[in-house]
Amino acid sequence: MLAADNIAVSFGGIKAVKDVSFNVERGEVFSIIGPNGAGKTTIFNLISRIYDVDHGSVTFDDKDITNVPTHAIAELGIARTFQNTELFERETVLKNLLIGCHIHRKTNLLKDLLFLPSVRVQELEFRRAVEEVIDLLDLQSYRDKVIGNLPYGVRKMVEVARALCLKPKLLLLDEPSSGLNPEETEDLSFWLEDIKEDLGITVIMVEHDMNLVSRASDRVMALTDGALITIGTPAEVQNHPEVLRAFLGD
Amino acid sequence: MSALLELRNIETYYGPIMAIRGISMEVPEGKIVTLLGANGAGKTTVLKTISGAMDPLRGTITYRGEEIQTRDPDWVARKGIAHVPEGREVFPFLSVEDNLRMGAFTRKDGEIGKDLTLVYGYFPILEELAKTQAEYLSGGQQQMLAIGRALMLRPQLMLLDEPSLGLAPKLVHEIAEIIVRLNKEQSVTMLLVEQNAKMALDIGDLGYVMEMGRIVMEDSCERLRNATDIQEFYLGMKDEGVRGRRRWKQRKTWR
Amino acid sequence: MRFVRKTHYNQDIQLFKHNGQRFWYGLLAVFVLSAPLWLDRFYLGELSLVFIYAIAGIGLMLLVGYTGLVSLGHAAFLAIGAYTHAYLLGSGWPFPAAIIGAASLTAFVGIIVAIPALRMTGIYLAIATLAFAVIVEQVLTHWQSVTGGYRGMLVPDAELFGLDLTTPVIFYFLCLLMLTISLLVALNLLRSSSGRAMVAVRDSEVSAQSMGIHIASTKRMAFAISAGFTGLAGALFAHKIGYLSPDAFTLLTSIQLLLMVVVGGLGSLHGVIFGAIFIGLLPQGIALLRDVVPPAIAQIPGIEPGIFGLILVLFLIYEPLGMYGRWQKIRLFFEEFPLYRKATYKRQKSYLRTERLR
Repeated sequence: MLAADNIAVSFGGIKAVKDVSFNVERGEVFSIIGPNGAGKTTIFNLISRIYDVDHGSVTFDDKDITNVPTHAIAELGIARTFQNTELFERETVLKNLLIGCHIHRKTNLLKDLLFLPSVRVQELEFRRAVEEVIDLLDLQSYRDKVIGNLPYGVRKMVEVARALCLKPKLLLLDEPSSGLNPEETEDLSFWLEDIKEDLGITVIMVEHDMNLVSRASDRVMALTDGALITIGTPAEVQNHPEVLRAFLGD
Repeated sequence: MSALLELRNIETYYGPIMAIRGISMEVPEGKIVTLLGANGAGKTTVLKTISGAMDPLRGTITYRGEEIQTRDPDWVARKGIAHVPEGREVFPFLSVEDNLRMGAFTRKDGEIGKDLTLVYGYFPILEELAKTQAEYLSGGQQQMLAIGRALMLRPQLMLLDEPSLGLAPKLVHEIAEIIVRLNKEQSVTMLLVEQNAKMALDIGDLGYVMEMGRIVMEDSCERLRNATDIQEFYLGMKDEGVRGRRRWKQRKTWR
Repeated sequence: MRFVRKTHYNQDIQLFKHNGQRFWYGLLAVFVLSAPLWLDRFYLGELSLVFIYAIAGIGLMLLVGYTGLVSLGHAAFLAIGAYTHAYLLGSGWPFPAAIIGAASLTAFVGIIVAIPALRMTGIYLAIATLAFAVIVEQVLTHWQSVTGGYRGMLVPDAELFGLDLTTPVIFYFLCLLMLTISLLVALNLLRSSSGRAMVAVRDSEVSAQSMGIHIASTKRMAFAISAGFTGLAGALFAHKIGYLSPDAFTLLTSIQLLLMVVVGGLGSLHGVIFGAIFIGLLPQGIALLRDVVPPAIAQIPGIEPGIFGLILVLFLIYEPLGMYGRWQKIRLFFEEFPLYRKATYKRQKSYLRTERLR
């Protein structure tokens, strides 16, 4: 479904990602692990076109997306979350999720200004879609809360919810469990299952919690210093000597 | 009285929301005290209230016999309490070395250079990156920088807010080790807020558990490690039967 | 406290959330509609001016408060609207066509200004828009064949459906109608996806992009709409002052407009109205004060901008949420009386993050 072929990027002479290639199959949960600074988030930023690759290519659904504009990525069906959350701070959870529906809008500015009946119909449709996501991730009690006042872990979940509102085919999750306690992390692993099986969304996630990685993912890719160590099942990767040394420690 | 820091009936508000509902706790000198709790329990708010970044509405905070509540953060820092905030909050446009020197901003003595060497001793990577702008550091390096910066204050008490956030397991291990070493070698008392309860309980002496802005449990870390509630909710240890039931969205009612 | 039981998503979309709101806004409507019956002609004129300011303020609020783009050049849009309207009227266009033409042309200029402004934020954008305002001021003074240069330009009398717009009462109702339409349009914008896109761009460009929002076109749209509203206000303003000259649209005018938005309360349309009342009536207040205080103080040159500046600073320090924010607190006090807790609005210390200067 998504294929990265020899992608590389460097910042100020430092190679952040060195010729990495991988394939993600439809319907799987694909995890990326590695020490901090290994280039995991950079790979996300390359896929979602926030950075340009120096060379190499990324294909999604047999379409080369190496050069599409950043805002077009969402329309192709790729949604993402951010490591330190990038929510719309001064708005409520509800409004954040409604913004997540933006790519499904069929109205234009003129219709919006006049608030024609079609706009109202669309607003109600968006709201229904948003409420489904709120129900899935149990965010009911936060619906009308302003993001700026929410604890870190809840923001993380709101970001996942917002990404789901795009109804993506591929979901990129950047450290979804950071800031969650073990119990919340366990909820997350159940939701990942729901997202994969009920919604049929393919997931790529960057994650440090090996428990979650081994429980939720089908395949794992390990990176260090921007280079690929190995790709395989969670068990294989976890026992790879290089991974043990660079990532897990002893 | 042996407590270095003592909180009595602290209540703190975020606008209309009562984030801390009257908590009392003690941090004895020379110990590592950990504060556990779910998201939104109010742990970060406790640290902010101590360091003066937020003002409590009621209650007293006593540090070395002196009341410090509602003081400004710079005043609290001068007294020797260093806050390492959640999300690191390094100065992104300053170099690593300048970040560290900012940590010693309130000091007038001539030993800043010596302490810089000390910090580099604990975090050799920071010396290598001394001239790099802090925003280009990886998450783990930024966390080390934040701790190093706090160390430059020569604190007697360090408030650590989720130092393991977003770090790979190996780094979590390293950071935990350094916290213990700082505690032993530099005799810095630590108040540690952690989501990673396992790490926190492993290195801590005393533990407090917060829920909904209240302290619901306090004990030695060793006893907390063995308490069944803690094992189930904070250490994620439970048998498969319990897990199976939870799968069907049986919601926690105690929250 | 009022709790609204919601049974349909429509209730969150409606303009009036409950009957209490309908009642109070109805009362307000009765008040402004009946004003000509009991209000002195002079004050009726001042009230029209408040409405005009409010329309311009809506434009600026959409840009500053909702899209997060600062503009120190809105006097230029006001001027373009005013001059275009006067010129079109002078060329024999009927009033409705002229005012629509003026608003459209100003919106178009807004799009053009947005092109270089796209890559700028914060202080740089403020400087760029300031430069734009200076350019427009120069054009107004030197393009004499159209604008009359320093001599200025007479605004032709106009009529609408046989009604003489120079009559204060008719003009009052015209301004009121225009303000009502503007408010409705702005509210519609804000409750639909176009408005949400603006808010998204304001709070986080990087995630707005990954939500599929085109940053550049959203900013262009915000500039166009903002300029359009301000141009409309300019056209009405032309009738109000009757004679256009470049010194009616100076930097001070831009600052007044910005002041209105900030003093009223950033990020709310209520704030615009509060701000407009404040800015519209402040010169009257100062004039009244002049009669009371000793002439030595009253005659100090520049006292008016000085007071404007002082008020802006005081608001930024003591009430960053503006007059609307203060009003909300007062209202809550009465709603919750006697249970109101001071802590509800006790301001916690707040600390700024490093602003990214791009």
